[in-house]
Amino acid sequence: MGRVFSGAVLAFLSPLAAAQNQINMSPGVTEIGADIFELHMLIMWICVLIGVAVFAVMFYSIYAHRKSKGHQASQFHESTKVEVAWTVVPFLILIAMAVPATSTLLEVYDNDEAELDILITGYQWKWKYEYLEESGEPVAFFSNLVTSQEEIYNTDEKGDNYLLEVDEPLVIPTNTKVRFLVTANDVIHSWWVPEIAVKRDAIPGFINEAWTRVPEEGIYRGQCTELCGAYHGFMPVEVHAVSRDEFDAWMAAKRGAAAAQTQLAMQTLSVDGLMDLTGKDDG
Amino acid sequence: MGEHHHGPAQGISRWLFTTNHKDIGTMYLWFSFAMFLLGGFFAMVIRAELFQPGMQLVEPGFFNQMTTLHGLVMVFGAIMPSFVGLANWLIPMMVGAPDMALPRMNNWSFWILPPAFLMLASTLFMEGGAPAFGWTFYAPLSTTYAAPSVTFFIFAIHILGVSSIMGSINIIATVMNMRAPGMTYMKMPLFVWTWLITAFLLVAVMPVLAGAVTMMLMDIHFGTSFFSAAGGGDPVLFQHIFWFFGHPEVYIIILPAFGVVSQIIPAFSRKPLFGYASMVYATASIAFLSFIVWAHHMYTVGMPIAGELFFMYATMLIAVPTGVKVFNWISTMWRGALSFETPMLFCIGFLILFTLGGFTGLMLSIAPADFQYHDTYFVVAHFHYVMVAGAVFSMTAAVYYWLPKWCGRMYNEAMGRTHFWISFIGFNITFFPQHFVGLAGMPRRIPDYALQFADFNMMSSIGAFIYGASQLLFLYNVIATVVAGKPISDEKVWDGAEGLEWTVPTPAPYHTFEEPPLVPKPAGTI
Repeated sequence: MGRVFSGAVLAFLSPLAAAQNQINMSPGVTEIGADIFELHMLIMWICVLIGVAVFAVMFYSIYAHRKSKGHQASQFHESTKVEVAWTVVPFLILIAMAVPATSTLLEVYDNDEAELDILITGYQWKWKYEYLEESGEPVAFFSNLVTSQEEIYNTDEKGDNYLLEVDEPLVIPTNTKVRFLVTANDVIHSWWVPEIAVKRDAIPGFINEAWTRVPEEGIYRGQCTELCGAYHGFMPVEVHAVSRDEFDAWMAAKRGAAAAQTQLAMQTLSVDGLMDLTGKDDG
Repeated sequence: MGEHHHGPAQGISRWLFTTNHKDIGTMYLWFSFAMFLLGGFFAMVIRAELFQPGMQLVEPGFFNQMTTLHGLVMVFGAIMPSFVGLANWLIPMMVGAPDMALPRMNNWSFWILPPAFLMLASTLFMEGGAPAFGWTFYAPLSTTYAAPSVTFFIFAIHILGVSSIMGSINIIATVMNMRAPGMTYMKMPLFVWTWLITAFLLVAVMPVLAGAVTMMLMDIHFGTSFFSAAGGGDPVLFQHIFWFFGHPEVYIIILPAFGVVSQIIPAFSRKPLFGYASMVYATASIAFLSFIVWAHHMYTVGMPIAGELFFMYATMLIAVPTGVKVFNWISTMWRGALSFETPMLFCIGFLILFTLGGFTGLMLSIAPADFQYHDTYFVVAHFHYVMVAGAVFSMTAAVYYWLPKWCGRMYNEAMGRTHFWISFIGFNITFFPQHFVGLAGMPRRIPDYALQFADFNMMSSIGAFIYGASQLLFLYNVIATVVAGKPISDEKVWDGAEGLEWTVPTPAPYHTFEEPPLVPKPAGTI
């Protein structure tokens, strides 16, 4: 306990820990992410300003108008002018907030003209990704948590990407408008990657749309954000944004593997052929 | 009627068969406090598991049972019944009525609560465990994929709904029919006003909740597909129905709290409530708006953009009447003669923290930003600022404020203030860091989390243990007061208190206002 506590204290004092104890939303890497971040900061600062003003009045009153200092209570109890003012002014402030909020929302909803469509299906408790393309071998795969039970149950040291790492990440090309079609197979899930500012509920029987255009290569991590059962906390999202060339190469490899898989499944094998095949695997 | 004075019956039958609003109020208050401790215990389990990353104490499935029961018990068992208890004690005394309008129904609406919660709690011991789908019980997690105990949960919700509806009808009937001569609507204390409006909200939305759980019951046992797309239904329909109940529900919780604060701040400012009429209109506006904002809980379900915009604008509007209330409370304090006894401290705590919760509420109303906030700890922080620092702080203030009137004994002021400061500090240590982890990307309702959230979660857990422990101090203080507090006999316990409840003897006799009182005060003075 003592060690834990001093650890906590150290973590708060140490400047090294600053990166880990993030206290604000990240603007992320996308244009929409940045817009949402600005909106968030704008509203927050408006709230802070109003809060400072309101609390300043209150604390002044608490300081100056004390009975213990002999302050005599005034008996005023209404003033139409002030009451109208503090109804109308907040209303105007709200309109000022609604304008940028509306334009950002319109951007978020602009799902048209995507260059790549990916079907995301939530399962208890993993994600499935399918690349929807008109031609070529279909590419689809599940993406499972790879953090070990030993790490989760504290018998092994936890890795850097504890609970945020998968066996097969979603791979998307940079600078490409990617449309996500989001659905679920069992219960409702929600697909969220904070750094690209996409969160959409995955609802069984319905298909939701969302999109992104990622300008920078990188690994972006997220999690399921709708309670979906016991292992809701254990179905992360990992997105790798790669250059177009790299993406095409990855896609070709995936297609090849998928084609080989299909071919294998379609084969009619003789008993000897089957023996050969399994023998080869053993070898 | 002549001489028909009698005291309470003796022994257990006093409590089982009572039709006295004070007895029933007392039972409601004790019951809700017991539920507060139970729900608090569940919260302690949650925070203990989240103390460090990794799974230590419980399994993920059980963790979900804890979050679910914590929410259900706190909302339906602790906060709502506590305000009903307060209404029972105070509304007849505030409007100059001898009792509630429907005293036998009053007994019934209390006594069906304990069995309902017994049933809900018993699900913990059933095969498959207690409900584990969150207090919002979204289908199909709560239907096709739920443990068998969900049926008991549905029955419990039905009973709670019946209890709330009966309680509300009683309050409406009392306020409308039993006011003393001269107690016009615009002279009623604000607590009565906020409860009258709350009661209408309850009567309007509890049947909707009953409808939702009945549809679940049908889906689970009778082969319907209301919430299953495979049979032509829609899981999102559940959310619409739930939040059509759920949003008014949060105002059902907070409006009586507004009423309490509107009674206490003037008393310790020794100055009439500022803007009485605008307080009434603001309360009514909030109640009206509460019916047309429900889908702001559902910005990410994929509504059409017109729907998103409508719900965003309507939700933002709530800031206006809420702001009016906060400004009015502060204007009430302005140039008063303030003193800071425990009830006032809790009200000031309420004012600061509820306003912070209101600000984060405004941030959450912004639909595009909500795509980042939704279902993260930012939301958890927001609603605990309005539910705990809003409803629970004001309820605590109410207990300290009226307890001396109820039992004729004064609580220990030093202990009360200590309770306030520990609560205030503990609460903020618990919930302020949750804004940070939420913004940094920690989803809610997860039993284990990524390492970057570890420090703030540990801080949050430490705060929760402090806040939890401070409630035991409260319990001790109340029991010590009731049993052996310093006896007092002034009718007005607080020199600045106004209202009919302060004109009856202290402690309040078993029967009050058998003769209607004269209503002394002009309009606008509480």
